[in-house]
Amino acid sequence: MTIASASASSVVEPAPAPTAARTCRAWRVLLRKPLGRVAAGYLLVVVVASVGAPVFAPTDPAAQDLAHALSGPSAAHWLGTDRLGRDVLSRLMFGGQITLLSTVEATVVFAVLGVGLGLVAGFRGGWVDGVTARFADLVLALPAIIVLLMVVSVFPGDDLVTMVALGVLSCPTLLRVVRGQSMALRQELYVKAARLAGLTNLRIMIRHILPRLTGPVIVQLSLFSAVAVLVQAALSFLGLSTPETRGPSWGNMVGEASQVLSRDQWLLVPTGGVLVLTVLALGLLGDAVWDVTVGRFQRTQSTARRPVMHSTVDTEHVDALLSVRGLTIAFPGEAGDVTVVQDVSFDVAAGEAVGIVGESGCGKTMTARGLLGLLPDGGRIIAGSARFEGRDLARLTEREHARVRGSRIGLISQEPMAGLDPSFRVGSQLVEVVRRHSTMSRRQGRARALELLDLVNLPEPDQVARRYPHELSGGMAQRVAIALALAGDPVLLVADEPTTALDVTVQAEILALLADLRARLGMAVILVTHDWGVLADLCDRAVVMYAGQIVEQAGVTELYRAPRHPYTEGLLAANPHLAATTGDLPAIPGTVPPPSAWPVSCHFLPRCRYATESCGAEAIPLGTAAPGHLTRCVHSDQLVAR
Amino acid sequence: MVRQTLRWLVSSLVLLFVVTALTFVLVSLAPGDAARSILSSASGSYTEQQYQQMRHLLGIDQPLAAQYWHWLSNLLHGSLGTDLFSGQPVTEVLADRIGPSLSITLGTVLVSGVVGVGLGIISARSGGVLGRLVDFISLLGLAVPNFWLALVLVELFAVRLAVFPAGGYVDPVGDPAGWLASIALPIITLSAGGVAFIAKQTRDAMAEVLGREFVTMLRARGLSTGSIVLRHALRNAAIPVVTVLGLLLVSLLGGTVLVESVFSIPGLGQEAVTASGGHDLPVIAGVAFYFTVVVVIANLLVDMSYRWLNPKVRAS
Repeated sequence: MTIASASASSVVEPAPAPTAARTCRAWRVLLRKPLGRVAAGYLLVVVVASVGAPVFAPTDPAAQDLAHALSGPSAAHWLGTDRLGRDVLSRLMFGGQITLLSTVEATVVFAVLGVGLGLVAGFRGGWVDGVTARFADLVLALPAIIVLLMVVSVFPGDDLVTMVALGVLSCPTLLRVVRGQSMALRQELYVKAARLAGLTNLRIMIRHILPRLTGPVIVQLSLFSAVAVLVQAALSFLGLSTPETRGPSWGNMVGEASQVLSRDQWLLVPTGGVLVLTVLALGLLGDAVWDVTVGRFQRTQSTARRPVMHSTVDTEHVDALLSVRGLTIAFPGEAGDVTVVQDVSFDVAAGEAVGIVGESGCGKTMTARGLLGLLPDGGRIIAGSARFEGRDLARLTEREHARVRGSRIGLISQEPMAGLDPSFRVGSQLVEVVRRHSTMSRRQGRARALELLDLVNLPEPDQVARRYPHELSGGMAQRVAIALALAGDPVLLVADEPTTALDVTVQAEILALLADLRARLGMAVILVTHDWGVLADLCDRAVVMYAGQIVEQAGVTELYRAPRHPYTEGLLAANPHLAATTGDLPAIPGTVPPPSAWPVSCHFLPRCRYATESCGAEAIPLGTAAPGHLTRCVHSDQLVAR
Repeated sequence: MVRQTLRWLVSSLVLLFVVTALTFVLVSLAPGDAARSILSSASGSYTEQQYQQMRHLLGIDQPLAAQYWHWLSNLLHGSLGTDLFSGQPVTEVLADRIGPSLSITLGTVLVSGVVGVGLGIISARSGGVLGRLVDFISLLGLAVPNFWLALVLVELFAVRLAVFPAGGYVDPVGDPAGWLASIALPIITLSAGGVAFIAKQTRDAMAEVLGREFVTMLRARGLSTGSIVLRHALRNAAIPVVTVLGLLLVSLLGGTVLVESVFSIPGLGQEAVTASGGHDLPVIAGVAFYFTVVVVIANLLVDMSYRWLNPKVRAS
């Protein structure tokens, strides 16, 4: 038997060239960490300069030198002098003491109350939690500045009381964060285990929960201390706390600068500058901590486009509706690009239904979404082509893709409900899509929308059109999603696991609907599924995928009758509906390897019962085993013999 | 719906009660009182008898609970008491001061909302360098003390360029252009922080929504980016943004105190500072009352917008 190569360049190396996304990420790593470090360094300098002001300050902050008033920066006075000729730098250093003290006071109150109450509320739950939540709501609703002003007027000049009040008024934000986190932690296994081991609640909170909260708490503390610096400065600026007579503070120095603003504008620079920098440093520190602790897994990459390398174009089927050749899709990983779809080639004729079947993670959904230009963030087609109506889908810009989507190719997805915009009525969503793909008026669009709802067999279309997505059942939502996909009269419908999330009875209805629509409208269908039953119901031909590659391709009946790849054979044998044996259901040993661990040669090699020495040498090409039957296996004749 | 309204009403009343009661307690705790303030500003020296007479005259010799009860019952008749110093009804004293404060706060909410949401959308859409830039501008906007920014703006736009007045407030009825010019700098000052705050929230909310499955499906149906971002995603991201707009309004009440003082605008905030100095309890309580009413109304508007924005809330 000869194995003819279907595609010449079967494996395309992931290009090592740095992508825009990666460069940007590298920059971020470089920038993030140093920014955090610079911020921490600056704060350290401020603390040392303030605490050590009596030692380090160049002059006495109160020493006047009227001859050199408002002198501007000079060698003698680095930051200039104020209207009484006092050295600005020395005054800033001494003023920092008040800022520092006030901020620490407020932050300690904020931390103790927020963490303490939050822990207790989250960990104990029940009525304790209820009371705490009410308290937090009430305090949050108080206009903080008004209460602060009253406190200031009641205790004039007493900064401690003011700062304690600020801490109390602000603590609900931290309380909520800690409460939420500890409620989640309470459910974790290790906390339950600690309880069973007989540890007291207090001990569990301090030893096991508190350490896990460090990240979010530090973020909140740094943000709050920034607020405290600003509030203290503002009150001092207004003369409500630490008035000028009590010595310099950052706030009252801005106040002094404002009094001589017409004569000297320089004074605004050092006084405001130190405030801006300090608050900025605290904010950046919080950001850096957030990035390292909380946000590490939340940030997503932006998609970067890259020129597509050409695979073999010569073998494309000119008369096919869609002709995919050598399609290769990669995602950026920790150590360079990770290929998730490799060298996928297949054709779909007009009106034909082709199934892409395989386990989750085999790349079937990525293949389908790649054709539509809808890969998740970071995903890119790095090689291959997909010829469709004279266009190469692999090389379209976003704008060009948008023109094909909906009008030429429709998509229905696995989660019909998640695929609908929850904020708009079904009718309005349909009308928008209909009008997007036609020149209909609003009224005509509405009529067409009702027709579409009728087409997908929804009873009382006008009533369904008035509903919001959350008022639909799963089956109804999928019918609506199909109507939306058909709104632009596409010639190809991509159905990505259209029945997986539905009840069994509804599944059958939706499949019947799809088969019916295909017959009536003459659309071609690409059905992505893991379900052999669904495949048999709807498709003429099947493409079997395993670990990013097509392993077998044949007519559906041929495939069931005589699989030519060990993986297909194993899958069919493991299917409860198809297995002939009455004993234990045979399973394929082992698991699907992640993309980073794919063997260079046959991807199925580690799990294959037919594996021999000859399998492990090099990449196995997709070859013709019989007319119209392709397989990526060197032992395919053995399978037929059995 | 009835339940919701009832809950809002109860929580609003509780809030009003707590804030005003707290005002009374705090003011009574303060060393010194209005009687001393008035007597010392009038003659400088006074006898203990004169002092007691004055206390009686002002009604502040009564127990605090009685004073508060008296104030509450007056409130039911639409009165906020009388200014201890001028003898004018507090409602009259504050009447002229509501306009300036509301002009500034609402103007700031408007500017912050429009500019902040715009910046947020841009940075959520473009990510990368531009996203980082908006992040940094946000941080800077939050870091700049508004009283300092006010001074810088006055120096630049009022003194050097002379485009806007350096202070004061012009009534919109007679001179709308003058009114706009008079509140421009205060609004710009407060908007620096406001824009930053709203932009950050919008960015986060939009980024989350743009990652959702329905957005992918909207793209799959061929809708334009404009419609997807501005019609669908923004609508779904609006709830957190509206929430922070409400929070911004509440926090701006505090911001007006500073800005009114720098720009010498005769608003509620400035009145509160003056009244605090003189222990003028009815005026302080009046300002606290008005501020709390604004908070309560803001909460109501935010709640109503949830109902409008989220069909699920509307249904329940």
